[in-house]
Amino acid sequence: MNVTTYVFGIVVALLVLVAVVELLRRRRLRERHALWWIVAGVVALVVAIFPGLLVGTAAALGFSVPTNLGFFVCLVLLFMVSVSQSAELTVLEDKTRVLAEESALLEERIGRLERRAAGAVPADTAAPVATGPAAAGADGSPSVAREPVTLPADAPAGHAGTDRDA
Amino acid sequence: MTAPGAPSDPRTVGSIVGMSLLQQTLIVMPAFNESAVVGDVVREVQAALPGATVLVVNDGSADDTAAVARRAGATVLDLPFNLGVGGAMRAGFKYAVANGFRYAVQVDSDGQHDPSGVPQILDALQRKDVVIGARFAGVGDYETRGPRRWAMVVLASVVSRIAGTKLTDTTSGFRGAGPRALELFAEHYPAEYLGDTVESLVLAARAGCSIEQIPVAMRVRAGGTPSHAPFKAMIYLGRAAMALVVALWRPRLSLRTVEVPGS
Repeated sequence: MNVTTYVFGIVVALLVLVAVVELLRRRRLRERHALWWIVAGVVALVVAIFPGLLVGTAAALGFSVPTNLGFFVCLVLLFMVSVSQSAELTVLEDKTRVLAEESALLEERIGRLERRAAGAVPADTAAPVATGPAAAGADGSPSVAREPVTLPADAPAGHAGTDRDA
Repeated sequence: MTAPGAPSDPRTVGSIVGMSLLQQTLIVMPAFNESAVVGDVVREVQAALPGATVLVVNDGSADDTAAVARRAGATVLDLPFNLGVGGAMRAGFKYAVANGFRYAVQVDSDGQHDPSGVPQILDALQRKDVVIGARFAGVGDYETRGPRRWAMVVLASVVSRIAGTKLTDTTSGFRGAGPRALELFAEHYPAEYLGDTVESLVLAARAGCSIEQIPVAMRVRAGGTPSHAPFKAMIYLGRAAMALVVALWRPRLSLRTVEVPGS
């Protein structure tokens, strides 16, 4: 290995670390996601500065070609990152799903309250969505805002509005 | 029509399903791009089940399914994007719990399910937590055959063992949930592929819900025919088996309410 390769290795490892830290600093990357990349950067930097470390470890573990250990470690690391991101994605999908459900439930409830606030316009008449907001705006918002506290008068006895009381 | 009517007697018992039972019932219809038929189906369900509230969950349709359903007189939950049948049903169950319904019955928005079967399902819900309206139980003119049929038979026998009751049609979307199952489903109804059918049954059974299958008439689908290709059936069975295994590996859920149906 000549001096150019040695310096090149160190520079690339440093670039990786700088990039990750800079993203962290600008809040473009959260710590928990940055963890694996920082580990990768530090390991790369250490190995770049002390190549003997890689050779020694490879020999101790029985790798006949030291770079194979490097590739192996890279693969394991990328695998870990990928799996943790899949898990994170699942959590996010779940949260998105819940948000979508809640938003649909709220939208329906707002529509219902607006129709009631507008003077119980029969919902079956054409374009209830269009009449709702306009009438509610003319009504003045305070009465609309107080609406959710009251229970629907026509809800089944004993079960009504357990959620909307909260 | 948006809020359920007040039942005069909330404890109507007996084989004849009374008005009050229907008034405590939410008909949930997940709909994805069904604007051509959803209006007629909503009107049919309302005519067949006076007093029941019809909730159409518009699962991110690109067409005007929501507007058509609203005009037909249904309450509409408008999901901002497509969540699949499982996600749409979970939203429906949440609506049922939040608005004090005791029963929720899933009816397909394509008209495949005959609403005249709903009273039978409600009747069975007086003693069970989950009731499936089944296609192969001797009634109706719906028939599948070939590899897909075999896949369904295998699935049914496995799920039957888990549920502790004889089930022949685990993939039926015509099903009802009682108060205990509603609480469970509102939080945990599976949204993955096949989760709304097979996994939901496994989940409910393992949580301690009782399950029963009753025969109902089923119509031939209005649009689109179910696939009979062997390769597709294999994939179907594979995914179903995987869903089953994963469902069994998951930790058990517990029922929060102590109320027992029919008590």
